[in-house]
Amino acid sequence: MSVAEFFNMGGYALYVWSSFGVTAVLMLAEPILLRQRRRSVLQRVRRLHRIRSEEQQ
Amino acid sequence: MSPRQINWFKYSSPSTFYPLAGRLIPWFWMITVVLIAIGLYLSFFVAPTDYKQGEGYRIIFIHVPAAWMSMFIYLVMAFWAAMGLVFNTRLSAMMVQALAPTGAMFTFLALWTGAFWGKPMWGTWWVWDARLTSELILFFLYIGFIALQGAIDDARRADRAGAILLLVGVVNIPIIYFSVKWWNTLHQGASVSLKSGSSMASIMLVTMLIMALGCWAYSIAVALTRVRSIILEREHDSQWVNQLPEVRL
Repeated sequence: MSVAEFFNMGGYALYVWSSFGVTAVLMLAEPILLRQRRRSVLQRVRRLHRIRSEEQQ
Repeated sequence: MSPRQINWFKYSSPSTFYPLAGRLIPWFWMITVVLIAIGLYLSFFVAPTDYKQGEGYRIIFIHVPAAWMSMFIYLVMAFWAAMGLVFNTRLSAMMVQALAPTGAMFTFLALWTGAFWGKPMWGTWWVWDARLTSELILFFLYIGFIALQGAIDDARRADRAGAILLLVGVVNIPIIYFSVKWWNTLHQGASVSLKSGSSMASIMLVTMLIMALGCWAYSIAVALTRVRSIILEREHDSQWVNQLPEVRL
């Protein structure tokens, strides 16, 4: 089986690659978004923590 | 309580669950990557060409796991929602919230890959048949839950309202599952059933199961990551959060 044959998927290329492609994009995007969310949450919590400890002094 | 009894409620406290989840996440990512890599290899290079559908049938290896996950995640959410209503544990509602976007994503993928499979095999992207329509309703239930949670400011009230929506919506799951039996649909019957076993070649079945387990590990990894952010958001003024090394930086 050649590379071109593989990507042609017996004529079903559009359907097979649209299915697997969109799945791959979403399953890669979700962890990246979650990483950003964790970062921004930590930033916010750290800032609140700093404000609180300054108030106590 | 006898001392030998395991205290399950210990891990229902966010302060003990947060570090536990942090330790588990890398393991679940590892399982995910290994299983999906093996699954994709089998999907494209080992599983034989279908005698009727040619190479087009390979969509099954992502379509069926996505559809399974869409229903399974919903059931897990409903379970935690019920736990939250009965025991009033804070963590259960956070778990429900953490699972919702992933469940919605798999539901979307089941519909999307289904459309791209239906087009070449049935000649249409979409039909209003029982299986497809009930899966679409499942997608709306996820979106409705997320919107409802976002619309109510008070977190505890949002949790309760969301839990009730989820528990009412549970009725849709058996409808999806049995729709291909109860109604005459365009969608084919179950590929795998407990009674009659599998209707597929065993390598195809194994591939599908490996992909499903990979998606299962992925869902756990992602949900645990998200629940840690939710815990930090909701508990940011508690003592234990302020003592975390990542906060004290």
